[in-house]
Amino acid sequence: MANILIIGAGSDIAGAIAKIYARQGNRLMLAGRNKTDMQALAQDLQVRYSSETQGIQFDARKFDSHPDFYRNLPWQPDLVICVFGYLGDQRKAETEWQEALQIIESNYTGAVSILNIAAEDMARRKSGGIIGISSVAGDRGRMSNYHYGSAKAGFTAYLSGLRNRLYHSGVHVLTVNPGFVRTRMTEGLPLPAPLTATPEQVAADIVKAFRKKKNILYTLWMWKWIMLIIRNIPEFIFKKLKL
Amino acid sequence: MIREISNWGNYPVQTCDIQDFPGEKNILPADPDSFIMRGLGRSYGDASLGKKIYSSLRQNHMISFDPDTGILVAESGISLGEILETFMHRGYFLPVTPGTKYVTLGGAVAADVHGKNHHTEGSFCDHVEYLDLMTPARQIIRCSSRENAEWFQLTRGGMGLTGTILRVALRLKKIETGWIQQRNIKAANFKELCALFEQHRNVTYSVAWVDCLARGKHAGRSILMLGEHAKAEDLQSAQGRKTQLFPAYRKPGLSVPFFFPEKILNPLSVKTFNYLYYISSFSRDTHFLTTCENYFYPLDSINYWNRIYGKRGFVQYQFVLPFAGGADTMQYLLEKISQKGFASFLAVLKVFGKQEGILAFPMEGYTLALDFPISHGLLEFLNELDAIVLNAGGRIYLAKDARMSAEMFHKSYGDAAIQFREKLKNLCPENKISSSLSERLQILYPQTQKQK
Repeated sequence: MANILIIGAGSDIAGAIAKIYARQGNRLMLAGRNKTDMQALAQDLQVRYSSETQGIQFDARKFDSHPDFYRNLPWQPDLVICVFGYLGDQRKAETEWQEALQIIESNYTGAVSILNIAAEDMARRKSGGIIGISSVAGDRGRMSNYHYGSAKAGFTAYLSGLRNRLYHSGVHVLTVNPGFVRTRMTEGLPLPAPLTATPEQVAADIVKAFRKKKNILYTLWMWKWIMLIIRNIPEFIFKKLKL
Repeated sequence: MIREISNWGNYPVQTCDIQDFPGEKNILPADPDSFIMRGLGRSYGDASLGKKIYSSLRQNHMISFDPDTGILVAESGISLGEILETFMHRGYFLPVTPGTKYVTLGGAVAADVHGKNHHTEGSFCDHVEYLDLMTPARQIIRCSSRENAEWFQLTRGGMGLTGTILRVALRLKKIETGWIQQRNIKAANFKELCALFEQHRNVTYSVAWVDCLARGKHAGRSILMLGEHAKAEDLQSAQGRKTQLFPAYRKPGLSVPFFFPEKILNPLSVKTFNYLYYISSFSRDTHFLTTCENYFYPLDSINYWNRIYGKRGFVQYQFVLPFAGGADTMQYLLEKISQKGFASFLAVLKVFGKQEGILAFPMEGYTLALDFPISHGLLEFLNELDAIVLNAGGRIYLAKDARMSAEMFHKSYGDAAIQFREKLKNLCPENKISSSLSERLQILYPQTQKQK
């Protein structure tokens, strides 16, 4: 039985992950911007699986609040799952700085802020684990979402460095790169069905990958190969595409 | 989001604007004016279709559960299947369940669904302690048989026309095991079947599969399937493999991946299937143990089974007839259907007891459900059947209906329709909730006296 902190617990993927871990009998701390929603989620898990859960307020962009947030957690986390993110509007971000800043902070800066704290704590204890949900968009910047993509690219590199550092303290870090997933974030977007996962599929993949101490997970599996190809398209060709 | 949507029958398909329900806190008074709530879309026709639809599926949290009373309070978007997944192995079952568990709590209340135990245990809302409703005027009220009772009576079976069901407190029933003691008895014809129903009227669950293509002296050839929840001691006397009190739930193995070509289900194929099915159980009277999953949800094991009917879709025709003369009328109806060459793949017969609620479908009598693939001449033919049902004092189930005329609705539901409209108008004069069903049947429109 482990204490698990899910940050960004209001997301569909987070909800699915929470259900799996709750069913396994772990203690869950669900953190998100809306405390009432977090408490409703916590209560739902409590009724379904009789698990110990708590809903906690957390805002990724309020960096100053992060140290207190972590210090005041009801249970010392054995696993921290960072799920929050913001897709944003690419076109809007190109012209409005606030939108661009929100994308950067919600996907990169906020994650660095809280994970620095968690990492330091776990390195000291020489135990713990971290799962960071990045994105295939971070594998290469492309014109349709490079603000989101670059923030995620930063996050992916951060997680890679963190994995390197924490390995020496016995703490495992898993980077998750989801491809297309049917969630609130992608509502209305035309996603090709065979390539699109449900939050439940992604959650099952993540839980299994972490248990097996995988380093980098692509979900659904074919995205590993899709991104391998995309990453290797020569730049002089890539810049002409309209991906 | 504007999308082409259809319900389980894949008929009709309509272009609707569907969005997630924004939540009781975020919905503004005029926002939008007219809409209909939608759950998992398991009604067969157009009950949860409309110009503007709000999906309840994100309202899917469980709120509380009291193991002593068995009362579960949950948001309306949760499915009956989820409830079973969570509580069945803890020793609780749904007090009333329709033939599929992929129905939301809100949907089950709005259609006041019935199951195989209506004659012994009533309909779904008989087991609802209370529900929280957002009225068309955006007021949030708690209603039950004792509190805001009129709203409760209107909402049960009200097909979503009383607003948005937010939360439901449902009394689950205690069970000892996840097994059913099933008994199958063959009936050679309708007369025998009705006699058997009468003889076994105190058995909790009963349903009959009817070979609706059998004619002449075989008309009404059927298999009556009786069921009782198995107690723990019943398992011991059975074969060794029933060692688990609650068999593990297995996700559906089969799925129909695409729409079958038209005409796969036709009178010949159906006739053949029916004959084989009937003779496959050799003894006239058999007892055995089966899982709740198999007894209550035989079709859920095949994902998307509705695609077997092809892209044109199908219509389910379910009616109820009072006991008096019911058997004869059913026989006459089946004769007519056979004559015309229409084949129903599924024909399921149940017995109903008394029913509460204002716009309610069940009445004491027999209810028969038939599936027809959409084909040339079918819709006109069903109007002829309507006339027979009306004449015999029966009516059609709104949750299954896709084509009944407004005239048939008002004539067959009579006072119930009038009361529903008037009481709802009284409580909420500015009601703009509407669905494709309510528009087609003119449920909320006053009917002027029409001449025959």
